[in-house]
Amino acid sequence: MIKISRISKSFGDRMVLHDISGEFEKGKTNLIIGSSGTGKSVLLKCIVGLINPDLGSVFYDLRNFTEADKEMKAEIRREIGMLFQGGALFDSKNVEENVMFPLDILTTMTPHDKLDRVNFCLKRVGLENVNKKMPSEISGGMKKRVGIARAIVNNPNYLFCDEPNSGLDPQTSILIDDLIGEITHEFDITTIVVTHDMNSVMGIGEKVMFMYKGRKLWEGSSKEIMNSGVAELDDFVFSNKVMQNLKR
Amino acid sequence: MRAFGQYFIFLGTLIVRMETFKTYYKLTLDECITIGIKSAALVILVSSFIGAVTTVQTAYNMTTPLIPRYVIAQVVREMVVLELAPTIIAVIYAGKVGSSMAGGLGTMRITEQIDALEVMGINSASYLVLPKIIASLVMYPLLVILAGTAAITAGYLVGDFAGIISPTDFIYGLRSFFDPYAITFAMIKSFVFAFLIASISSFRGYYTQGGALEVGIATTSAVTTSVIAVLAADYLLAQLLYMR
Repeated sequence: MIKISRISKSFGDRMVLHDISGEFEKGKTNLIIGSSGTGKSVLLKCIVGLINPDLGSVFYDLRNFTEADKEMKAEIRREIGMLFQGGALFDSKNVEENVMFPLDILTTMTPHDKLDRVNFCLKRVGLENVNKKMPSEISGGMKKRVGIARAIVNNPNYLFCDEPNSGLDPQTSILIDDLIGEITHEFDITTIVVTHDMNSVMGIGEKVMFMYKGRKLWEGSSKEIMNSGVAELDDFVFSNKVMQNLKR
Repeated sequence: MRAFGQYFIFLGTLIVRMETFKTYYKLTLDECITIGIKSAALVILVSSFIGAVTTVQTAYNMTTPLIPRYVIAQVVREMVVLELAPTIIAVIYAGKVGSSMAGGLGTMRITEQIDALEVMGINSASYLVLPKIIASLVMYPLLVILAGTAAITAGYLVGDFAGIISPTDFIYGLRSFFDPYAITFAMIKSFVFAFLIASISSFRGYYTQGGALEVGIATTSAVTTSVIAVLAADYLLAQLLYMR
């Protein structure tokens, strides 16, 4: 479980996050949703420690990450897997080397065991026989899947996904969503997904946090989202035609 | 001043939370090939022309018959060893290797590859930059030796083919009044320049923010800042090392 307590962050005079608290449950796909520029990605980066919040704390299973020393932070980070918006695959390494990278750095596994683990993870995300391809030779959807394989290769306890569907066609988006949901349940990990895609919300959102102008406005399940009673959330949810038709 | 302070903090981060020796060894070897071996051809080409031009220009300016011809080789030796090989090659090195370092790190930054390393609990600055600096410290002095050898060889060949100076006079000039301290001086300069170029270029690239445009700006800034630092260090070292 990940708990955030009273997180605030500003860049210069601009307050990006206002006093955000919440809990992200283990074994569930937790979503942070909101329009572009509401601070979702900044919040995610505060949670993983890429940005230091001005105020507030982040707890990983009761371990205070914000106030931890560098060694403790490194230790917690080794339990984290993250899928970045663009995949963030290392250009100079092929698919196999990319997925194997966390094992090379963080474990003492034998080369044979590492290769077995890499092949298992690639198979798990539906990629086979692409081990030797470079990131520039594979599609956007495949990059995301390689990114997921790299994120889970070290058996993480926490999985973070920043806009996993951005730039993907609807079919591939569903595939990636399903994969994230399945992996969360299969490995019983705490997953946080930042998205503004309502298909993801309805598809895999077990717990949803809605952000608006840097504030948390609503929290609940995807089933409750249709009747939240929050005007800003309704505007966000029913901004596309499919959802409008569904409401009617 | 803020960038200056940030640069020293950046240097400090290179030696904390380091990975295993094996990891750095492999990365440093890769960098040695990228920044050393792959620069050798360019260094030989540029140095050869520098040596040839220095020989021709020195001969052209020595109009009086009172100065013996072997002095041409002395002038070529002193210029090549003390300035042309370490300093001019540093400018070329900054343009080729420094820009590549800044561009590579800048691209890694904007495509979140550096963030990916940080999330894995890896000290990205140490992991990415330290091997570049070590490789630079190993390879740049070797490139300077290569450059000096190529420049003097080219001067020798041009002097002979153009009938400027006989091979015997050239060899005599190279060996006469030779102070071995010049080699020590050139090597000290090489280490300082190698460190400055690799660290400044990496610093510029590592802290790139924005998109492709900013990567271009960081790359240009890496080259200009490195070259200015090299020239300033050249002056300071000349002052310090000649005061013995």
